[in-house]
Amino acid sequence: MGTPECITHEHEVLIIGAGGAGLRAAIEAASTGANVGVVCKSLLGKAHTVMAEGGIAASMGNVDDRDNWRVHFSDTMRGGQYLNNWRMAQLHAQQAADRVREIESWGALFDRTREGKILQRNFGGHKYPRLAHVGDRTGLEMIRTLQDHGIHQGIKFYMEYTVLELLMDGGKIAGAVGYDREKGRFHVWKAPAIVMATGGIGRAYKITSNSWEYTGDGHALAYRSGAELKDMEFVQFHPTGMVWPPSVRGILVTEGVRGEGGVLRNSEGRRFMFDDIPDLYKDQTATDPEEGWRYVTGDKEAQRPPELLTRDHVARCIVREIKEGRGSPHGGVYLDIAWIKEKMPKAEAHIQKKLPSMYHQFKQLAGVDITKDAMEVGPTTHYAMGGINVDGETQMSTVPGLFACGECAAGLHGANRLGGNSLSDLVVFGKLAGEHAVEWARANPSSTVDEGQVQDACRGALEPLERTTGESPYEIQSTLQEMMQEKVGIVRTESEMAEAVEAISSLKAKASNSSVPGNIEYNPGWHTAVDLPNLMVVSEAVARCGMDRKESRGAHFREDYPAKEESHAHHNTIVTLGSDGEMRVERRVIPDMPEELTSIIKEMG
Amino acid sequence: MGESRQTTFSVWRGDHHDGGFEDYQTEITEGMVVLDAVHQIQAESAPDLACRWNCKAGKCGSCSAEVNGMPKLMCMTRLDTLDTTKPVTIEPMRSFPSVRDLVTDVSWNYRVKEKIKPFKPRKPDAEDGTWRMDQADVERVQEFRKCIECFLCQDVCHVLREHHKHGEFAGPRHFVYQAALDMHPLDVEERLEQVKDENGIGYCNITKCCTKVCPEHITITDNAIIPLKERVNDEFYDPITKLFKIFRAKRKKDRNE
Repeated sequence: MGTPECITHEHEVLIIGAGGAGLRAAIEAASTGANVGVVCKSLLGKAHTVMAEGGIAASMGNVDDRDNWRVHFSDTMRGGQYLNNWRMAQLHAQQAADRVREIESWGALFDRTREGKILQRNFGGHKYPRLAHVGDRTGLEMIRTLQDHGIHQGIKFYMEYTVLELLMDGGKIAGAVGYDREKGRFHVWKAPAIVMATGGIGRAYKITSNSWEYTGDGHALAYRSGAELKDMEFVQFHPTGMVWPPSVRGILVTEGVRGEGGVLRNSEGRRFMFDDIPDLYKDQTATDPEEGWRYVTGDKEAQRPPELLTRDHVARCIVREIKEGRGSPHGGVYLDIAWIKEKMPKAEAHIQKKLPSMYHQFKQLAGVDITKDAMEVGPTTHYAMGGINVDGETQMSTVPGLFACGECAAGLHGANRLGGNSLSDLVVFGKLAGEHAVEWARANPSSTVDEGQVQDACRGALEPLERTTGESPYEIQSTLQEMMQEKVGIVRTESEMAEAVEAISSLKAKASNSSVPGNIEYNPGWHTAVDLPNLMVVSEAVARCGMDRKESRGAHFREDYPAKEESHAHHNTIVTLGSDGEMRVERRVIPDMPEELTSIIKEMG
Repeated sequence: MGESRQTTFSVWRGDHHDGGFEDYQTEITEGMVVLDAVHQIQAESAPDLACRWNCKAGKCGSCSAEVNGMPKLMCMTRLDTLDTTKPVTIEPMRSFPSVRDLVTDVSWNYRVKEKIKPFKPRKPDAEDGTWRMDQADVERVQEFRKCIECFLCQDVCHVLREHHKHGEFAGPRHFVYQAALDMHPLDVEERLEQVKDENGIGYCNITKCCTKVCPEHITITDNAIIPLKERVNDEFYDPITKLFKIFRAKRKKDRNE
């Protein structure tokens, strides 16, 4: 085999990923005058941020003036079952409102209150109406605003490029190597600082709201370069994904439906969410449907309906109903927003206005008119709380020069993320990561790219195209997805997760022997083959961390340990690549919270 | 229903040099969309069949193609809306250069957008640096801000498709973008001259094809293009305004002398 040729680019800061976090990091870095490059797997503006529907959480207090950063902090910590990086939860709660106002100044248009301020809506786990939104397409508004602002900041965008490996100089970052999709040429980016903003790992599962891109690239690239991953056992299954027709299974149905008064019912017509309200939320939950309705229509004295409990809990209740035979015909439960016509005039127009994309999605894909009939919904893999372990202040990982923000970073959400805290996560920590990456790059400007590492990465990537025998990468991927869905899904046990680890080890062997026909130009079979090793890393991490946490907490539910255990209440789970090439799992005690923060948590009850 | 049956798909395979249709058989089941069929063909018989897609829910605008000759998002086109007793043809958008198979080079759109003058807000209304806006004013622009940049309107526009005026004409997508900026409650930038000259709005002769294919149901021609055309006319071609301008300019000149 010859030596693959590479095209070389140089930047002070290289951002990998162009969703909300990557774009915000790039804008921040570019604002200092730094030379910034952004590599993204798809076209600009297509990242998963567009799928975020409900809104962006920020305690602006425009609708309920009792809200402030301290309440938001306490809600986030409670939702995360106190495994969060408390410093990140604090910074996030304090800075989210400024970040929302900032994107408004860049052109984002949010729905308004009567006084003309940004309107805020109710969402699961948030004590007060807190989500700035635009109907149910807030994510699109946000990414388009960041994109349209970003293209005027002198940033170089590499659209439809994929990074294969990070390049190291000693223990620190020197750049990255990857390929462009169109021609299949190899590229080297020299950069002393890299910001990872690659999003999630949803493609490890069969039923998911994530697209083909979310193969855990950032997680795996960082892991292979020596960075720590944290809390990988916590995978959020969004309670409401579409379940029918089969081809759309997993597509997201926004929590905003429940925020607007939508209720969950089983096949007997019962609002089953009233049957199981966790102690931690008893005081904050409505006692009857009437109080729940008053809450969603803005009564400040009322408590939230149980449909707006945290996502982990709602998802498990839905699974229980289905398992016990009270599900809908296609294996879900009913989500009904049409019922609000009993409560308000012109309900049909109201639903179409508040939830326009849900209306179209169901009408077009399932032939269901949500203003008249109930939707069928069930849990779908949605979000990874775990990710690259970063410093709360700077967003730098344990690898010098490697930063991470957004979904691929861990810390803010702990054991379970609140809806709306993701969009705010992107802009708060995107900004911080961009800022500190520039600082690092300026202080450590020179690094040397290791040519041997570049050649190894390129040769490795070409192997699937050169093999004439071997399994199809599509087949390996779909076997992995089905296996993960079955064995490391919403309800887990020790033995099933152990089986998963076994299965992954044999799939890894198959993946390293996969074969694809065709040439190197825009060949999706090849792209799938190249992404497979990353999916294996994140899948193994989820299973191994899940085995180590012998309790049920947040999104991690174990049938063999159904209760929360004090012995697991104070540590995070850390994953690293051992010198023998094997994955290592260890527990790390969470540092004590300062008095200032513990008092907030005590005060909020 | 629940039944499944073999269906033939004629998929365009090739690159910017040449190409042609190839037939693939796959089994279709209830509720499937065109993109599902493409994925199935990839997994079963053509692993290197190139296509773009992301969200699979009509929100990202990546999977634009021409299905039985109609510009469509593959993820939102249900097979039960097509006659599947005959082969279903799937080909790339024809107004853009081919990259490979169903993938086209849409980078021209990104270059055009970059040249449009960016958003420029008025001074904040409140002391805390924020603005007050009416919901009605926000809603007026929402229609345009729904655009998912699938570029199907660009694909179908004859100014681009048949007359190849890519150098002089920005296309419907960018008039929607201009209209969104123009009607943004906070924006104070002046872009009319750009709409007229660089973006060549005069080329549009209101055939409304763009509106017909928009998957977001944006009334592109009536709500974005025609109002912009009217404003351009008022500003640059209205005879009375023109006279007034000449007169005013002359007076100014006289005064200065």
